[in-house]
Amino acid sequence: MSNATTLFDKVWDAHRVRHIEDGPDVLFIDRHFIHEVTSPVAFLGLEKRNLPVLYPQRTFATADHNTPTLNQDQPVKDPLSANQLAALSSNATKWGISLWALGSPKNGIVHVVGPENGITQPGMTIVCGDSHTSTHGAFGCIAFGIGTSEVEMVLSSQCIMQPKPKKMRITISGKLGKGVLPKDVALYMISQITASGATGYFVEYAGEVFENMSMEGRMTVCNMSIEMGARGGMIAPDQTTFDYVNGKDKAPKGAAWDKALTYWKTLKTDAGAAFDKELHFDAADIEPQITYGTNPGLGTGITHSIPKATEVKDGEASYKKSLAYMNFEEGQPLIGKKIDYVFLGSCTNGRIEDFRAFASIVKGKKKAENITAWLVPGSHIVEAQIKEEGILDILNEAGFELRQPGCSACLAMNEDKIPAGKYAVSTSNRNFEGRQGPGARTLLASPYVAAAVAVTGVVTDPRELMEKVTA
Amino acid sequence: MAYDKFTVLTSTAVPLPIENVDTDQIIPARFLKATERKGFGDNLFRDWRYNSDDTPKQDFILNNPIYSGKILVGGKNFGSGSSREHAAWAIYDYGFRCVVSSFFADIFKGNSLNIGLLPVTVSEAFVDKIFKAIEADPKTAIEVNLPEQTITILATGEKESFDINGYKKHNMLNGFDDIDYLQSAKEDIKAFAEKSLY
Repeated sequence: MSNATTLFDKVWDAHRVRHIEDGPDVLFIDRHFIHEVTSPVAFLGLEKRNLPVLYPQRTFATADHNTPTLNQDQPVKDPLSANQLAALSSNATKWGISLWALGSPKNGIVHVVGPENGITQPGMTIVCGDSHTSTHGAFGCIAFGIGTSEVEMVLSSQCIMQPKPKKMRITISGKLGKGVLPKDVALYMISQITASGATGYFVEYAGEVFENMSMEGRMTVCNMSIEMGARGGMIAPDQTTFDYVNGKDKAPKGAAWDKALTYWKTLKTDAGAAFDKELHFDAADIEPQITYGTNPGLGTGITHSIPKATEVKDGEASYKKSLAYMNFEEGQPLIGKKIDYVFLGSCTNGRIEDFRAFASIVKGKKKAENITAWLVPGSHIVEAQIKEEGILDILNEAGFELRQPGCSACLAMNEDKIPAGKYAVSTSNRNFEGRQGPGARTLLASPYVAAAVAVTGVVTDPRELMEKVTA
Repeated sequence: MAYDKFTVLTSTAVPLPIENVDTDQIIPARFLKATERKGFGDNLFRDWRYNSDDTPKQDFILNNPIYSGKILVGGKNFGSGSSREHAAWAIYDYGFRCVVSSFFADIFKGNSLNIGLLPVTVSEAFVDKIFKAIEADPKTAIEVNLPEQTITILATGEKESFDINGYKKHNMLNGFDDIDYLQSAKEDIKAFAEKSLY
């Protein structure tokens, strides 16, 4: 056998402190992000055991899940939410952990602020009590979500204990068509392999499509890895990655940069390295996607109709339950379906490129009257960029307003809840029952599709609007 | 915060023959606002269990007094979605000690093992046998034997073995958790941190 090694193995093995026979590895964690929802109980656990935070400089706190997206300068109304935010702040202050609380100019969604401030760097191990930590895999990191017990482990020992997952590589060759965004690539892959198709695996994305993608796009794809069941997904760092990281606030500088760069350039899968599973797709097969069911695997090309129960991989009973919740029929076309809400934002699609994409479609048009639109930037830095680039003016002229950063309607922990029975086209990551509010019906899509819906009021193929723009 | 030891559990079981039971169904995000780990069982399967006016939905299994027990049996891809450990806490707090499925989402499985809730993965065929046995007699007893790594439908004697790694098995049998272990590895960890590039 050759010594050819995968990117995943290189990063994992470089962080293995111990291997336990017939058990997990002890894995050293370079960066740990915490937020207000999944960390308070971990800090309580430390107190009960009388343990200190071992390396507070390796943990970064930001408030995001439970924050309002309007009037952030005023006290948080919900006492339970206010209590969680206060707990995050007091725990961070007590232990000397970096804190970007509500109102801080660096505040935003954890998976947006980590990369944009250079906390996320190639080859790191990164964890957070949030399943979309997989986002950071875009930098060639092993990054994944953990539970609160594991948050406590990382705080007290900077390690977690994990059995090494199996390895999958998904290669997509060719070039993406017009109107097809990284979100469509993610939704397409999940629809092909189902919402549990990569469970037990860590995925490497490879091939021309990912090589040509921006860092924002790679983050969108890696973010959605968990939605196919994968623990995480990663993309080998390249010049695009290095250019993005270079100059960021917490990125290495000078000689430290040169040393890091030399190492980062070794982080790629060697030719001939073996994976437990390999999948190949062709970019030409991917059109703008939309979901119609209650897991992210139940999606299809926007011009398609909702499949019959006999055509899907989920069990028939579960599939019918899913369509009943959505009040959809088998065989129903998606184009033309009337929509009530549009949500642009989240750790999946709350970055500057997503707002640029949305604005490019709505420019010179007007928001449809039947649509309530919530446009929520992923961070204050994204918000500032939206203003600087003139995107805010385009949005305002089209009848849209910008809210303040946070997770917002992605999980509807704050007051941004889609009402029961209403349909939302959302750029977020999950269409589970009640995810965006009790009884809410979610159709996941890209920022282009969200924008096309926002100006037409119905499910619309964004390519039609793009053709009119270029004509 | 070590948990209760798990050895042999003999109990009736609650069937939930639904695939892709995600953690937003197990406990919706709006019930994650506590800063202490208590009371999550009250909101287990909240939106399947209660109407919007908080009255119980009569057709949901947890509201049917015929079904009870410490074992929850779910369809495949149980626990998908969010990493919220609150999902495992809610199931445990409600009174379950074991969840059986043909397929668990990774993070949910890890979280369960970390709090002493045993996830038992068996074949789809065996899950169906359990569903049928409960359908025939809701009071049918199931034995989950961790030392032997077997699960048995006692009425029929049908049995299947399940996998668990030796480390986690030892922890569950003794009520140990990973934090205990990691404290014992601290010198190695500190030496490792010294060499870290980041």
